Amino acid sequence: MKLTVWTYEGPPHVGAMRVATAMKGLHYVLHAPQGDTYADLLFTMIERRNHRPPVTYTTFQARDLGSDTANLFKTACLEAYDRFQPQAMIVGASCTAELIQDDPGGMSETLGLPIPVVPLELPSYQRKENFGADETLFQLVRALARPMEKTARPSANLIGPTALGFRHRDDITEVKALLEEMGVAVNVVAPFDATPADLTRLGAAHLNVLMYPETGESACRWMQRELGLPYTKTVPIGVGATRDFIAEVAELAGVEPKFDAERLRLPWYSASVDSTYLTGKRVFVFGDGTHAAAAARIARDEMGFEVVGLGCYNREMARPIRALAREHGLEALISDDYLEVEAAIEAAAPELILGTQMERHIGKRLGIPCAVISAPVHVQDFPARYAPQMGIEGANVIFDTWVHPLVMGLEEHLLTMFREDFEFHDAAGPSHHGGKAVARAGDGSVPSPADPAPATSAGLEVVWLPAAEKELKKIPFFVRGKAKRNTESFAAARGEQEISVETLYEAKAHYAR
Amino acid sequence: MTEGFAPPPSRGCRDTPVLKERGQHEVFCGLTGIVWLHRKMQDAFFLVVGSRTCAHLLQSAAGVMIFAEPRFATAILEETDLAGLKDAQQELDRVVHELLARRPDIRQLFLVGSCPSEVIKLDLAKAAERLSAAHAPSVRVLSYSGSGIETTFTQGEDACLSAMVPVLPETQARELVLVGALPDVVEEQALGLLEAMGIGPVRVLPAARRDGEYGVGPNTVFAMTQPFLGDTYAALTRRGATHIPAPMPFGEEGTTRFLEAIAAEFGIGPEVVARVTEAPRARARAAIAKVSEPLRGKRVFFFPDSQLEVPLARFLTRECGMEAVEVGTPYLHRPLVGPDLDLLPEGPRVSEGQDVERQLDRLRANVPDLTVCGLGLANPLEAEGLATKWAIELVFTPVHFYEQAADLAGLFARPLRRRAALSLEAV
Repeated sequence: MKLTVWTYEGPPHVGAMRVATAMKGLHYVLHAPQGDTYADLLFTMIERRNHRPPVTYTTFQARDLGSDTANLFKTACLEAYDRFQPQAMIVGASCTAELIQDDPGGMSETLGLPIPVVPLELPSYQRKENFGADETLFQLVRALARPMEKTARPSANLIGPTALGFRHRDDITEVKALLEEMGVAVNVVAPFDATPADLTRLGAAHLNVLMYPETGESACRWMQRELGLPYTKTVPIGVGATRDFIAEVAELAGVEPKFDAERLRLPWYSASVDSTYLTGKRVFVFGDGTHAAAAARIARDEMGFEVVGLGCYNREMARPIRALAREHGLEALISDDYLEVEAAIEAAAPELILGTQMERHIGKRLGIPCAVISAPVHVQDFPARYAPQMGIEGANVIFDTWVHPLVMGLEEHLLTMFREDFEFHDAAGPSHHGGKAVARAGDGSVPSPADPAPATSAGLEVVWLPAAEKELKKIPFFVRGKAKRNTESFAAARGEQEISVETLYEAKAHYAR
Repeated sequence: MTEGFAPPPSRGCRDTPVLKERGQHEVFCGLTGIVWLHRKMQDAFFLVVGSRTCAHLLQSAAGVMIFAEPRFATAILEETDLAGLKDAQQELDRVVHELLARRPDIRQLFLVGSCPSEVIKLDLAKAAERLSAAHAPSVRVLSYSGSGIETTFTQGEDACLSAMVPVLPETQARELVLVGALPDVVEEQALGLLEAMGIGPVRVLPAARRDGEYGVGPNTVFAMTQPFLGDTYAALTRRGATHIPAPMPFGEEGTTRFLEAIAAEFGIGPEVVARVTEAPRARARAAIAKVSEPLRGKRVFFFPDSQLEVPLARFLTRECGMEAVEVGTPYLHRPLVGPDLDLLPEGPRVSEGQDVERQLDRLRANVPDLTVCGLGLANPLEAEGLATKWAIELVFTPVHFYEQAADLAGLFARPLRRRAALSLEAV
């Protein structure tokens, strides 16, 4: 058993729902008890879809347990077919139905429906949402896609975008534009807006663009093996990644790489002098593997940040994230326990967090600015406006999104210069958000929330002399916590009991980067 | 003053044949009750023994509350727990010990059963006994089921409260117990009104803290402030307590009749109730009249959700001038909603249970002006051109008694006002 409050991912059948809801003409019959319909509202509320997810739940109850649940399942299948007339169906069990072992696949086979019915095996007690989506798409593709003649023009499938995906809607538009620029047509986008009939045409493409490895990699691997479709390994999030992606597509499709950078503003914005203050800002990156990896590259190479923490919650991506973290001189944090993430963030004391809605709340609690780069996300991250992460506009969106929560350069100078001023005092906090700003306390000697705790900290018998403490306060608040800890460990390592101004600057020199 | 209400209808809905349906239920399971129960019971922790689905449900239902160190969590069953039941009990002990070590402020722990834990027949009652013994006297451990195979949405509160009734001490005192978790502000208003009528001390179930608990016995009388507490009703009756049948305290009429029923039980006449309630009644009536303007003459359709549907339909038809087309409820508990059924004018279909596709067919055939339904249906129905009021808000918002009567009407009026206010087409 594992004690849990937050979960980064839902159970695997929610992943299957993400595929079913993304598609048209597909219906999902889910053997599940009353209450599992809660997942519908993720789609109707968070993603604000204007239709019900195409899912029929068998809604078995305690009194049905025994042989009756199998009949319920069969009836539900037949009624769903009659009512919705789908082109294909997927059938499977939720976590509870998995325990009663009714075998939806076998039962649906005996019904003799005139459409393909694809059974799903989703081990609810081992795997999670992303696996469910990946496996469902893989099973659908395996059941429906066939080798066929290639399109005359070079063409690509876009694989991986689903319902409830972070910015999937707009990423599709952006990637389509990148491909069109090079003269590569889009054959099928799957599963987003695809029908089962569309999936039978996947083999006509020249290559697959794997947009999201979490939800599309198994299908891409299968198509590479069985249909001879190569797939792209670079996810075009960020300027460098987009350029790499274009080169990769050009090679696979046999076309000239083309990249119309006219609308691309991130490089100039990042080079302009106003962005100088971003240099070396310490960022902590956490999310799904794909977005975390992309964000780490942008952070270091395109924004000039220092990545001080990197991790992901989906174990499927642990290997690439570990490798990438080593490249940054870090040890990757692979965990789905938010308490571990919170502890790691506290220890790294970043100036900016790039993460999910969980990290947004951790950031609020710690008073650290945060931008969202990955699912899981709240309703505000399914915006009405065009807001891709991929390609040219994606880079522009990312620049704005990451910089906004930080106080701007000039503001930061003002905060430092007018530290003693009644308005620009440093307890005003590093962000406009989260109601962290507080009025200056009476005489200015009362510690602000960002201030270090009084003289001694737990475990270290080190005393701050008054002058040193005063000096410490002159250090900008967003690095003060780290300076304090560094100085204390420095003093402790040298066996010093007291910290003077001298010790403070010795330590500073010692830790100088 | 007692400006009277409309007389009760010559024929209410008590004898209306009920359309009983089964099939796909578009409802929450009882685990959702934890979301408001843990706010009410300040020294209690709710530990769900279930799957990742259960944790995901609580996270989705609790919204941002999940980020505020809530006093609930899920012990997620893993592959290894399914192998042998003995291990699962040991695992549970370990999780509970860890949890209680981390939260020394907790005085009551509820082990909450889920579909997975019930299908594998994990005996939580026995676990509660064992853990109670291990952690007595500082922590009391109880168990109940919030599973979807046993409970629908608000029935989770019923299951929780009914698990508490047997462990309340015995007493001979003649005291009133108000049953049902109400927002603090509403509870204070209710107690204030009863005290002004000379009734006291009044107990509430659930109490805010364990040390605020009291006894029950053959002289206890109780009134339900929520209609979904059938098992709690049965549990209190088993302890010898007597139920006071009354309409639920929604709206001016519901609240007044509720108070009158209690007063009568204590030998206090309606004139005392009238004197005490004169001012708040006038306030409520005037406010409802103003707020319910968009509702007059409109037709309302209830999907089953919380069991509040019958009393709310009674309020909307009698006090806001609406017409009920269908009143769906997950479960119709006649001893509790009988008085409301009597007041609900004959006419609407009354349905119990759900086959969501068939109910949607009926909805589309009826084309009501307002549809009360869950969040899974609301946006899809809006997209079809039907105005909706999402039902969950009715459970989370203070809506009982006089001062909230107009807020309650406002919850239904707002979607209609909004539809009228928005004009997004070209002129």
